[in-house]
Amino acid sequence: MDVSQYLDIFIDETKEHLQNLNTQILELEQEPENMDTVNEIFRAAHSLKGMAGTMGYKRMQTLTHDMENVFSEVRNGAIKVNSEIIDTIFQCLDALEEYLDTIQSTADEGTNDNESIIKALNGFLEASKGGAPAAPAPAPAAKAEEKAPAEEAAAPADSGKDKWKDLKFADEQNHVMTEAKKQGKRIVGITVYVQESCILKAARAFLVYKSLEELGEIIVSNPPVQDIEDEKFDYDFSMVIITDSDVDKIIAAAKNVSEIADVTGGEVTLSEAAIQAMEDKAADKAAAVKSVEKQQGGVSAAAENAAKPAEKKKPVVNKTVRVDIEKLDDLMNLVSELIIAKNSLVSAATSKTSDKSNNVNEHIEYLENVTTNLHESVMKVRMVPIESVVNKFPRMIRDLQKKLDKKMELYMSGEETELDRTVVDEIGDPLMHLLRNSADHGIESDVNLRLQRGKPEAGSIFLDAYQDGNNVVIEVKDDGNGIDVEAVKNKAIERGTITEEQAAVMSDKEIINLLFLPSFSTAKQVSDISGRGVGLDVVKSKIESLSGEVEVRSTLGVGSTWTIRLPLTLAIIQSLMVTIGGEKYAIPLGNIQTIENIGVDEVKTVQQKEVINLRGTIIPIVRLGEVLGCQSAKEPEEDLLVVIVKKGDKMAGLVIDELTGQQEIVIKSLGKYITKSKLISGATILGNGEVALIVDPNALI
Amino acid sequence: MDEVKVNQGPVQYIKVQLDKELYGVDIDIIDNIVRPQNVTRVPNVPEYIKGVINIRGEIVPIMSIRLKMDLPEDEITKNTRFIIIKTEQYGKIGMIVDCVKEVITLESSDIEPINHSSKDAGVQYVTAVGKTGDTLVSLLDINAVLLDKNAKEE
Repeated sequence: MDVSQYLDIFIDETKEHLQNLNTQILELEQEPENMDTVNEIFRAAHSLKGMAGTMGYKRMQTLTHDMENVFSEVRNGAIKVNSEIIDTIFQCLDALEEYLDTIQSTADEGTNDNESIIKALNGFLEASKGGAPAAPAPAPAAKAEEKAPAEEAAAPADSGKDKWKDLKFADEQNHVMTEAKKQGKRIVGITVYVQESCILKAARAFLVYKSLEELGEIIVSNPPVQDIEDEKFDYDFSMVIITDSDVDKIIAAAKNVSEIADVTGGEVTLSEAAIQAMEDKAADKAAAVKSVEKQQGGVSAAAENAAKPAEKKKPVVNKTVRVDIEKLDDLMNLVSELIIAKNSLVSAATSKTSDKSNNVNEHIEYLENVTTNLHESVMKVRMVPIESVVNKFPRMIRDLQKKLDKKMELYMSGEETELDRTVVDEIGDPLMHLLRNSADHGIESDVNLRLQRGKPEAGSIFLDAYQDGNNVVIEVKDDGNGIDVEAVKNKAIERGTITEEQAAVMSDKEIINLLFLPSFSTAKQVSDISGRGVGLDVVKSKIESLSGEVEVRSTLGVGSTWTIRLPLTLAIIQSLMVTIGGEKYAIPLGNIQTIENIGVDEVKTVQQKEVINLRGTIIPIVRLGEVLGCQSAKEPEEDLLVVIVKKGDKMAGLVIDELTGQQEIVIKSLGKYITKSKLISGATILGNGEVALIVDPNALI
Repeated sequence: MDEVKVNQGPVQYIKVQLDKELYGVDIDIIDNIVRPQNVTRVPNVPEYIKGVINIRGEIVPIMSIRLKMDLPEDEITKNTRFIIIKTEQYGKIGMIVDCVKEVITLESSDIEPINHSSKDAGVQYVTAVGKTGDTLVSLLDINAVLLDKNAKEE
C-alpha cells in the first residue's frame, strides 16, 4: 500500500499528539498520581505508535512502543512517576520530534535509533519487574534496527515446505537470538500456509501474528510484517520467534486460526560463525552507543545529525491549514450567493423596465455585501490560533528552570487568538527569544534579592495575546530585574555604538532601543540560552518583516514588558488613496499619523531639506511627486496637503495633491521583472480594473 | 530557448508588426493577446518598462519593444495590441506591438539563422529570419529582449 498520500495527515496528527503529550506530561509532573493524565498519555502514545507503524516508520514505532510500555506500567501502578522518568520521557518526545522533522523534510525517518533513550525506558520497566529477564528489552530494540526489508525478502524461497529455514538474519537479529539462547529460550522458526480459498489473507495472517505474539517475540518475518498487512504475499509466510514454549505449542497456536492450511516449524540452530561475528559487532555497537551518550545524553548529538540533511533538502510536505468544515460550508454558501447576485445583476441589466438603474443599484449593494462576507470568510479560513506555537513554551520554561536553576512560572492567556497561518509560522522564534531573554536576564538569579524586593521566590513570566482592532498584540512580561539603562548606556559607549555626548542627551527609551541593534548583549556571561547578542535584533527584523512592531517598557527592579504588535493579515490592508499629478497611489493607513493642510510659508529649509514645524515637532517633508517622477498638478503657491507618516519614533510628511478616500485594498506583487522600485511595496487593483501602486512610507523616512 | 525547436520541423509564430518591419513571436510562449488598456506608470524603472496593467487580477508589467530597439516611441492606435508572454524566470510580461497580423507556420527549411556581425539596433534581438510566401519575418529571441537590456542597465 502506498502511504505517501497520508504523509501530510500523519505529520499533522503526530504533531498534535506530541504537543498533547508534552502538555500532559507537564501536568503529570505537577500531579504524578493523576490517573486521568496517565490514561490520556497512554492513549496518545498508543495512537502515535499505531500511526508510525502504519506509515512504516519502524524506529518511531519502537520508541513509542517502549514509551507506551512504561506508561502501561505506570497505569498498572507498577512504576511510580519520578522526575527521572519525566526527564527521559521528555527526551523521548524530543527524539520523536526529530524523527518527525526528518520525515517532514525527507519523507524518511532517518537512521537514528535513539538507543540510549530506549535503554533508559526499558531500564524503568526492568526495575519495576524486579530484575525480570532482560530478553524483552533488547528485542524491540533489535526490531527497530531491522535492515531494509529487502534483505529478508531476497532469501531464496524454494526449499520444500520448511521455508523458514531459508530466512536470512541481519546482524542485530543474530545478536538477539544469541542472547536469547544464552538465557535458555527457544528460537522457533515456522512457515504458515494459508488456504488458497482464503479471501482475507492479511486478516488471517494478522491473527496468526496475534496468537504467536502472546507466546513470544517475533523477530524476523518473511515477507516483512508491513507487506503481510498489505497482503503483499502469496499463500505462505515464515517467521522466527523467541519463546519459552516449545515448537508444537507454537504450531498448534498458529493452526488454531481458521483458514490456515498447514504450519511447519522447528527450532532454529545458530551457526557458530554468526554468533562469533555477532559478538564482535555487539562490542562495536556498545562503543558507539557510549560515544553518543558522552555527547550530552545523545539527544543533542542526534539533533545535529538530523539537522544536517534536513537543511539541504526541500521539505517534501506542503504547508496545510486545517479548516473547520463549518467554515467551508460558509464559503460555499457565499459562493452560491455570489452566483445568485451575478444572475440578478444580469437580469436587471437586460430588463427593459424603466426603473432599471434603481434595480441595478440594489443588486450592486447586495453584491457588495456578499463579497465583503466572502472576503471575511476566506480570511478566517487562513487564520489559525497561536496555540500551536505557544503550547511548546511551558515545556521550554520547565527545561530552562532546570538549566538555570531559577524558580519561575509561565502564565499564558489568549492562546486562542487567531492570526494568519503565515504569521503564526514565523512568530514562534521571536517569541522564544523573548521568553528566553526574560528567563535568563529578566528573572533575578539571586533569590534573596527577589525577596528583598518584596517579590515571591518564584519568578513569573506572562505571555498574553489579544486582538486589538486590526492588530494582534502579544505581550511577554516578567517580574524580574528590568533593564538597567545605565548598564546599557555604558556598554554602548564601551562598544563605540554611541559617544558619551550622544548618550547624555538620549532618553531612556532611546537607550533601551539600542538593545535591538545587531550584536548587542548586556549579559556579562554568554550562556547557551541567550546572551550572544543575536537575539533581539533577530526578533526585531523578524517582526518587521511581518509588518509588525516590537516595543519594550521596563522599570529597573520591577520587570519588563515586550509588546509585539502584528497586523491580522498581510494580504489585505486599509489604505489611504491619494492622487499625485493625476496618478493614483495608495498609502497604508497603518503608517499614517495625521493629514495636515500646510501653508507654503510654513515650509522652512534646514540643511537644504524642507521641514515643517507641526505643533512643536520638526518634521521633514518629502514631495512625493518629485520622488515618484510625476508632475504635481498644484500651483506652487497653493497650500500643501501633507500626510504625516510614522516609522518607529521617526516621522515624515508626504506632500500629495489630493485625497480620494480610504479603501480596503488587496496587495499584489509587482512581479519579478520589476525589482528596482524601492519606493513601491506593491500594487493593487482598483474598482475600475486599473492598477494603483502602493507607496512604502518606510522607504521614504 | 526556442533554438532547439527551430531545428525541429514546423513551428508556429505569431506575426506582428513593429515600425515598418515584421517580427515573429513563438506561439508557445504567448499567454494572451489583449487590447491596450491604461498602463500605470511605475517610478524609477528603465524607460522601456511602460508600467503595469491588470490582467484578470494579476499585475503584469508592460514593456515597449520599440524603445528597447531604439525605435520611435509607440503610438497607441486601434491596431495596437499587448502581447502577454509567459516566461519561467519572470512570470508574465506584456509587450506592445503595433499590430498583430496572423499565425504563420514555418518549416525548418524556411528558417535561416541570422549573421550576428551586424551592429544594427534590433538585430541583436533576432535569432533567425523566416520566409513565408514572398515576405521575410524576423524571429524574436524573447530572452534577449528581456535580458540583454537588463545587463546594460546595471
